Amino acid sequence: MNDADKKRLLREMIFFRRFEDRTFEAYMERKIGGFLHLYSGQEAVATGVLEKARTGHGTDNDYVITGYRDHIHAIKTGAPAREVMAELYGKETGSSRGRGGSMHIFDPTVNFMGGYALVGQPFPLAAGLAMGCKHKGTDQIAICFLGDGANNQGTFHETMNMAKVWNLPVLFVCENNQYAIGTRIERTTAVVDQYKRVCAYDMEASQHDGMDIDIVMEAAEKAIDFVRSGKGPYFIEFMTYRFRGHSMSDSKGYRTKEEEAEWEKRDPIKIYSQRLIEQGIITPEDIKAMEREIDDEIENDIVKFAEESPEPRVEDLDKYVLDDNPDPRWIGPLQK
Amino acid sequence: MAETAYWEAIRRAHDEEMANDPMVIAMGEDIGVAGGTYKATLGLYDKYGPERVIDTPISENSYTGIGIGASMVGMRPIIEIMSINFALLALDTLINAAAKIRYMSGGRVQCPIVMRTPGGTAHQLAAQHSARLARMFMSTSGLRVVTPRGPLDAYGMLKSAVRCNDPVIVIEHEQMYNLKEDIPEEEFFRPLEGAEVVREGTDITLIGYNYSVHLCLEAARRLEADGISAEVIDLRALKPLDRETIRKSVEKTHRVLVAEEDEAPVGVGSEIIATVNEECFYALDAQPVRIHAADVPVPYNARLEKAAIPSADDVYEGALKVMGKI
Repeated sequence: MNDADKKRLLREMIFFRRFEDRTFEAYMERKIGGFLHLYSGQEAVATGVLEKARTGHGTDNDYVITGYRDHIHAIKTGAPAREVMAELYGKETGSSRGRGGSMHIFDPTVNFMGGYALVGQPFPLAAGLAMGCKHKGTDQIAICFLGDGANNQGTFHETMNMAKVWNLPVLFVCENNQYAIGTRIERTTAVVDQYKRVCAYDMEASQHDGMDIDIVMEAAEKAIDFVRSGKGPYFIEFMTYRFRGHSMSDSKGYRTKEEEAEWEKRDPIKIYSQRLIEQGIITPEDIKAMEREIDDEIENDIVKFAEESPEPRVEDLDKYVLDDNPDPRWIGPLQK
Repeated sequence: MAETAYWEAIRRAHDEEMANDPMVIAMGEDIGVAGGTYKATLGLYDKYGPERVIDTPISENSYTGIGIGASMVGMRPIIEIMSINFALLALDTLINAAAKIRYMSGGRVQCPIVMRTPGGTAHQLAAQHSARLARMFMSTSGLRVVTPRGPLDAYGMLKSAVRCNDPVIVIEHEQMYNLKEDIPEEEFFRPLEGAEVVREGTDITLIGYNYSVHLCLEAARRLEADGISAEVIDLRALKPLDRETIRKSVEKTHRVLVAEEDEAPVGVGSEIIATVNEECFYALDAQPVRIHAADVPVPYNARLEKAAIPSADDVYEGALKVMGKI
């Protein structure tokens, strides 16, 4: 990876942090409704894994699917940040035309197959995407990002079993931030190291530091190569931490200040900034300038686009329930 | 024309659709090597192989979810759920995902799956194998629900369901798999929308769907002997519902009965009578009647089971009540 790519990756992570910070402000201004789950602190995982996945090839991309903390996964997969912000604003120009909101970002033009609010539901959907790739004989893979909490759903066990039995090209990325909403993992989960749980299905698995993007990329590259080469599914666990609450309604009363401070020392953006400064690739002044440029882009392009976009028309309320242009040969009406 | 059993009609539809489109696959418990609990996929494992006729583990929610995921990238899975009771396990992926993905993606992603499953009560299978649940799917936005009453629709609607771009639930019935009917030997399709007047009459409209159409037809024959001309409507599709055919018939007969095998509260019959009220209340000459199952879990004991489930006798007596004869 050359210096320009390293600078780009740092810029992406800073952009992702600032993007989420800006959505926080818009939420406080009541311009964004519903639930809002922010990714701050976990940036190295999605950025690092998807850096090594196939993106930038439109519908030839790898397929990506995740839970409700989905803004950053969508953008890194290739969904335009403007459209993601417009979706949060509920606008017709949004990724899901204002029908999905924060938890349901979709962009099939880049194979981002959605964010889902039912914890653990993306496991089987991801295995299905992988089954489609395998059936069509492409070398695409499916990548499923979910948190540690999702692994206590039945879908986890059912899907790990079938993914292995059918040798599906799917990478399960466990972002272990150690809390299922407000409940610490030890209090609900018999086996705390999540990667160990898939040994019950004889699946390849590993656990890594999720705060250091270089470690994430190295591990992800190996796992993706494994899956793409036809060797079957892989479960990769990254230890990480979310710096904000589970959602906007979360007071974080279940975590100690000391614990939060310890993890904040391992902020993925700080770690990577320092490394690039030490390597002489970037200066602190460059980073300041980068931040100003990002803030300008977010404010004057992305937020502006969202604010100025039209809302969906009430007349279109029942569009998209079923196929709006069905073939009468299959649908009818019945000839009397 | 060829005399064809209901299960053979379903099998033929699978075979033709799999031959027509390599993206069509079948998934379910025991459907491959074992040939299917209802023989709906008999012989297809040998013909199309294990990658297209997929024997799943007993994991209804996740294999349905896998079918949904595959459908999002262009595949056309036909998912068999061995009993509609087991479909309850798959409601998360079916209702929270398949039924909502088109909408919550702003029309950008679709889930063209077919879920086939037998509902209904048969052979003393007791409470956990006798559910109907049509009403539950009928009340879910984003699904199509069809209820073929015989081999013609079982074949023609399944073929349409495979080609349709929406998630379609096909509700079959344990009692109907061996029902025979002459159907054309050349390929045909039956639409997924539209009720059908299966017997014309002038005095009362009997409305059924799935197995209860047969109860209505039997009752109509007996009513005819009493000099009462009953019209029988097969709803065919519960969602979307064909309100027009119901209205036209009731405006003609001025009397209506709905027969369903499900329990009554918040059931298909409730919806049909609400539809009659909204569409043609002033055409009614008598209070509508619902014939339905008793509001109990289905019992094992044969005598109790019979008492819990509506029969042609019940429909006949219900019709006499609407006619003011009892």
